[in-house]
Amino acid sequence: MGDYVRQMPDQGSADLARRPSLASRLHIDVPLLLLLMVLTVFGLIVLYSGSDSDMGAVIRQARFFALAYAGMFLIAQVSLQRIMRWAPWLYLVGVILLVAVMFAGVGAKGAQRWLEVGGFRFQPSEILKLVLPLTLAWYLADRTLPPRLFHILVCLGILGIPAVLILKQPDLGTALLIAASGLFVLFMAGMGWRYILGAVVLAVASAWPMWMFVLKDYQKQRILTMLDPESDKLGAGWNIIQSKTAIGSGGWEGKGWMQGTQSHLDFLPESHTDFIIAVLSEEFGLRGVLLLMGIYLLILLRGFWIGVRASTSFGRMVAGSVTLTFFVYIFVNMGMVAGLLPVVGVPLPLVSAGGTSVVTLMAGFGILMAVSTQQPLVPR
Amino acid sequence: MARNIHLKDPHREARVYSARTVVAVVVVLALLGVILVRYHSLQITEYEIYRTQSERNRVQLQPLPPKRGLIFDRNGVLLADNRPSYMLSIIREQVPDLDATLQHLQQLLPISDSDIANFRKKLQRRRPYEAVPLRFRLTEAEQARLAVNRFRLPGVVVDAQLLRYYPHGELFSHALGYVGRINEREVLELDESDYRGTFHVGKVGVEKYYEDILHGEVGYQNVETNAHGRVLRVLERHDPVPGANLVLNLDIRIQRAAAEALGDRRGAVVAIDPRTGGVLALVSTPGFDTNLFVNGISSKDYSALRDSLDVPLFNRAIQGVYPPGSTIKPFMGMAGLESGLITPEYTVPDPGWYSLPGDSHKYRDWILRIRGTGHAPRVNLHMAIAESCDTYFYDLARRLTIDRMYDYLRPFGFGERTGVDTTNERRGVLPSTRWKREAMAQPWYPGETISAGIGQGYMLTSPMQLAVATSVMASKGQRRTPRLVHSINGEPVVAPTEEPIVAPEEYWRAVYDGMLEVVHGKRGTAKALAKDIQYQMAGKTGTAQVIGIAQGSVYREEDVAERHRHHGLFIAFAPAEAPTIAVAIIVENGGGSSAASPIARKVIDTWLLGETADG
Repeated sequence: MGDYVRQMPDQGSADLARRPSLASRLHIDVPLLLLLMVLTVFGLIVLYSGSDSDMGAVIRQARFFALAYAGMFLIAQVSLQRIMRWAPWLYLVGVILLVAVMFAGVGAKGAQRWLEVGGFRFQPSEILKLVLPLTLAWYLADRTLPPRLFHILVCLGILGIPAVLILKQPDLGTALLIAASGLFVLFMAGMGWRYILGAVVLAVASAWPMWMFVLKDYQKQRILTMLDPESDKLGAGWNIIQSKTAIGSGGWEGKGWMQGTQSHLDFLPESHTDFIIAVLSEEFGLRGVLLLMGIYLLILLRGFWIGVRASTSFGRMVAGSVTLTFFVYIFVNMGMVAGLLPVVGVPLPLVSAGGTSVVTLMAGFGILMAVSTQQPLVPR
Repeated sequence: MARNIHLKDPHREARVYSARTVVAVVVVLALLGVILVRYHSLQITEYEIYRTQSERNRVQLQPLPPKRGLIFDRNGVLLADNRPSYMLSIIREQVPDLDATLQHLQQLLPISDSDIANFRKKLQRRRPYEAVPLRFRLTEAEQARLAVNRFRLPGVVVDAQLLRYYPHGELFSHALGYVGRINEREVLELDESDYRGTFHVGKVGVEKYYEDILHGEVGYQNVETNAHGRVLRVLERHDPVPGANLVLNLDIRIQRAAAEALGDRRGAVVAIDPRTGGVLALVSTPGFDTNLFVNGISSKDYSALRDSLDVPLFNRAIQGVYPPGSTIKPFMGMAGLESGLITPEYTVPDPGWYSLPGDSHKYRDWILRIRGTGHAPRVNLHMAIAESCDTYFYDLARRLTIDRMYDYLRPFGFGERTGVDTTNERRGVLPSTRWKREAMAQPWYPGETISAGIGQGYMLTSPMQLAVATSVMASKGQRRTPRLVHSINGEPVVAPTEEPIVAPEEYWRAVYDGMLEVVHGKRGTAKALAKDIQYQMAGKTGTAQVIGIAQGSVYREEDVAERHRHHGLFIAFAPAEAPTIAVAIIVENGGGSSAASPIARKVIDTWLLGETADG
């Protein structure tokens, strides 16, 4: 069943008269692309310092970006209908792979998250970060919206299976991120406020059993450490104390690029990956933080705008979810490094070193671009 | 609302979506606002705190401990040296797992449980990033083993430090004292910044008395370090000021002569130059190897020293107080002369005993046991000193009364600390009616005055006090506070002077004559010393009872257990015409003064005739 009612957006008719621009023929959302490029360059500059002037790390990251941009352009070319059709199958593959991880996965530090195929390692959970919102959007696109309770429950089922599998790995951060990306779809679909309220109440009520039965000791430790980093100055609290020191000592102006003592003298852990915002804050000060946040905010606003302008509910829901998920990365990462949230392995999007998250995030932006540039859905 | 309508309504969906987007944007803005507020509060409001913390992280103030001053004897022989030694310390902040690291270290080199216990105690009191010592005196093999494993032991550092070494540890144990590791109580007493990086402090003796001077001033350097504690560069350096070197009045030759003469007997020798108050020798036997204490003595060694019946840790020269016995007689003689109760010609009948009017108790003279009679029918001061006549001084004491005895003996330094520049000196007792009332809450009995006249009873003096009194005698009344230290960094130390005893020359002469007769006279109690003597020595013998002897019984040396024998005492100065040395000697349970007097001869011979010291 496809969309049986299609309507041309009001303003779209004027656009139709014009010859589509090169950018729109290439399915490129120019403002989004420009913002992403600014962010990429800024990120690489910070990374150079965060990795202790390791040009190799920067080049490696640049290569990931090249790959990620290519992926983004490719995905942007795929028609939304095709994406929608593929979504459930990709979801199925993703879940099967997650099950495979349980039995044949490899990992480190007591967590089994990776699948190794022919010497190539990847995390199936990354696939689901993208595929899950697509699947939910696919499911809801055919329903009347706002979704009814039954549909919500089906969605929660679709969402729950991979979330639980990932939680078992255990990877709380990713599980929450994936669950959030799914919930965002429901939220943007217009899920009734009473359900949302009920969910919030349920979440609060489940906090105690979660703490008692679900959370592992190291996860509890992270939460306790976040609440009182001084309690374990040399152990788990060290990272938070050092990152707060790095951020705070940056002040308004910062110590200057490559001048951060916290990161360059090895006091700051993970200075090029999850804690890179501390390097930025230390070296560029609050000014730098505001700049980064400004770029992020513009990307978010552009994402929301793309969603609002989308002509199909599938496009809308996907755009909203991708945008909000991107926001969650920003919020969780900046919050945890500043000691507001427990330390979970969430990178600063498009700034932290690491290929996987860059590729996944950019793939998301590829879908956003597809949504953005495939407006005139009425067959010409 | 639209509960039953199941048809898709794109307009409505778009409207709902837009509304939700507005909500989402508001939430996103709000949460970004929260983040921003957090960064603002860290970077602007609390900027100073974190900047300081970051500076402290980066820059470490490292103390540069000063070099402790050296100590020499008067001939320039080194008595207290500093030798380089390697120690193992741990910077707690840089150790990921302390227990594992300690275990690992214990596999690499011997670390005792007490080392670990000490280390853990110190750990409580350290400053952040301070290296806390765990083991001292690493051998080269241990250093090598640590060097090889260094990469596996973050936060473990090996530092060179200078450690006290006493080349003549046992000989000078009581004269010098020693340094030891700073203990918990001392941590509280010492100036924290002065002793940053210093792990040892003078515990006793000269080392303690002159601690301030020997220690020097701590320096520091500001170094930039990384999180692993590796010093990247020195930002600022402030050199420490080394402690002052001390030259002592002590003469290793005399010290050695005294220790050799004492041999394995328990006793003490103090020699003072009466012209300066300089202490030429301070020996208390048995001694002990002070080097044992420098880095924390093992409990086995310590209990051996502590539990020894000979109490080697006890400094007999200044802490030991003994009845002066007959060595008090020359001073009593001066008291009698000054009071006008006697003259050099004044005589006392001596039947060999003395009794108070109306009392049958006989105070026996020691000669009674030997000759069955007194020294002579009548005894004058000269003979009373030379032959150590008790009867004469019984009589003098009775007439003088205890309180006037106190008044005349006090200026010689009895009953008060001499103020010698070392630690733990005891004051002894110079009895008086007031003293007895205060100390014992009892009245003074007349009979007690009689025995006080020959230095028995309550009176107690340390060898140091006796030496000072002898020095006052030798210098005809000049009293100087004894000084172990001759000069500090080349600056001479002048011994403070006390109120002198002013008395006519003939009084001094009369007492000197008696004391010369002790050594050089035919019937002198120490006439054995005169053999081949090349100078005039004035002396006085003394015997101090360890156990009371019942009335009518006789003390026979062979009957008494070694530790119950009398203490032998001897005081002397020489050369008599211009004294340059005054000595006081006690040999515990020596049996009598003959155990002590030969030591005086050896000591004075060494001082007056000895070869120059070679070290």
